[in-house]
Amino acid sequence: MNVRFLPAGDTAMIVEFGDSIDRVLSDRVLRLSALVRAANLPGVVETVPTFRSLMVHYEPLATDNSSLTAAIEKLLDTSRDEPKPVKLWRIPACYAISHAPDLAEVAQRTGLSAAEVVRIHSSTRFHIYMLGFVPGYPYMGDLPDPLVLPRRTDPRIRVPAGSIAIATNMTAIYPLESPGGWHLIGSTPIRLFDLRWPRPALLSPGDAVRFEPVSVHDFDAIRAAVAADAYQVPSEIASP
Amino acid sequence: MMPALEVIVAGLQTTVQDLGRFGYQEVGVPPSGPLDRVSLRLANALVGNRPGTPALEMLLQGPTLKVTADSVRLALVGCNAGIEVRSGNARIIPAGRSVRLARDEIFRIGVLRDSVCAYLAIEGGPDISPVLGSVSTYVRGAIGGFHGRRFQAGDSVPLKLAGVDVRAEYALPRPLDLAHDQPIRVVMGPQADYFTDGAVKTFLSSDYTVSPHADRMGYRLEGPVLAHAKGYNIVSDGIVAGAIQVPGSGLPIVLMVDCQTTGGYPKIATVISADIPVIGRRKPGRRIRFVAVGVDEAELLRRQQEAAIRLQAENLSAV
Repeated sequence: MNVRFLPAGDTAMIVEFGDSIDRVLSDRVLRLSALVRAANLPGVVETVPTFRSLMVHYEPLATDNSSLTAAIEKLLDTSRDEPKPVKLWRIPACYAISHAPDLAEVAQRTGLSAAEVVRIHSSTRFHIYMLGFVPGYPYMGDLPDPLVLPRRTDPRIRVPAGSIAIATNMTAIYPLESPGGWHLIGSTPIRLFDLRWPRPALLSPGDAVRFEPVSVHDFDAIRAAVAADAYQVPSEIASP
Repeated sequence: MMPALEVIVAGLQTTVQDLGRFGYQEVGVPPSGPLDRVSLRLANALVGNRPGTPALEMLLQGPTLKVTADSVRLALVGCNAGIEVRSGNARIIPAGRSVRLARDEIFRIGVLRDSVCAYLAIEGGPDISPVLGSVSTYVRGAIGGFHGRRFQAGDSVPLKLAGVDVRAEYALPRPLDLAHDQPIRVVMGPQADYFTDGAVKTFLSSDYTVSPHADRMGYRLEGPVLAHAKGYNIVSDGIVAGAIQVPGSGLPIVLMVDCQTTGGYPKIATVISADIPVIGRRKPGRRIRFVAVGVDEAELLRRQQEAAIRLQAENLSAV
């Protein structure tokens, strides 16, 4: 396994497994992240998994680059490529035209019917590579080839919270209203980010996601339940 | 009535910051915290606070505030401006020393002529509950601090202490060196190999200036364009404050404390942690020269800086 340690100043380092978006790399990154956290290495502040590398933030007064590198190299030696069960979320998704501003355009550009776009998107199990961009924003893949499109040439200044979006070979959900350049093909009534939760993001890197189509009526009912803190997103433990 | 500071004029961007919010970058929440950690620490030391007590960070133009507590003790660090008391016994308390003000006194921190940021520490600190373990304000995410935002006229920022004892006031043993002429030291990488040899040479031998597009997310620089050797897109990886990313324009951006946690532009180098406060103070138009150091040296410089802060804090002089 070809692993590179890259310096990122004196408060972080990058452990790089490769330079592509790839499930095998992602699994290695996530395994190392869990190992580093569990090892409670002195001076480690936090770890940030990305598609193909792990950033380890550290306190330079409590450790240093060379001791941390040595400690992480040891952990890498113990890391085994054993598939572990994952948490699979079933996220309600409304694909009605009223809730999917770009669905017609995506259908047209991919040469599929809107129903076919929805069928493909809602029958794919996605892997959460990482969270980033804005708090709680999950980068999920891989999107099946027929749905792959570049980002919009005219990004929106305001994308509503809950928008389900696709671009390149990724899909995502906007947790908060924010600018965005992805194609909006649906909407979910659930909350992905809430400062009242001990861990403010619902989803974690490494979790799996399926989108379950719901009607506008069900969307409204779930949204009302979410607003009353009376809705729990269905999830189960699934094979990797 | 709750002890507070009432905001008469908000200033350009006044927020509450402590030493930062760590542990949530995995979910996309940046650490925030002060642009100039050194000044925050020294200001807290002057009023007798613990090092990480939240203080007010003001950018470019400070606020006008009114004391609505029995008394408060304040200290300003990070610029050469002062605390201008405008009511009653009008006077100016220079930066780098503490002062006790009485109820209803109104004071102003004017334009920060020589620095981007300055810190007003308050004995006891503001009475604000932490969000995700920190009182720092992340304005873009509306997280933490005073309702997740910058101050507005009419705000009343609650304080922990109703009043403070009369005691000797303190000054820093020597004024803070704003270090405007000091080269900014960087560790090369993580993606220095995405640039041509010529670009690396240009980066380390040219004058850059801070552009007007500078905020808590990042300082865009103006100067010679840096040529990419392998394109300007990378598969996203992690970002740390101080990272110098170079997008397609070829002009570097020094990412600061509110930066995104991940990103897809190559980073030519990373400003060492000891120098983030130094670059943090540099106003648009100021010159920046980069010099490369090894990680070992960066770590040593940070330890020396910490020792120097402690030495200052332990040797305050009574005034």
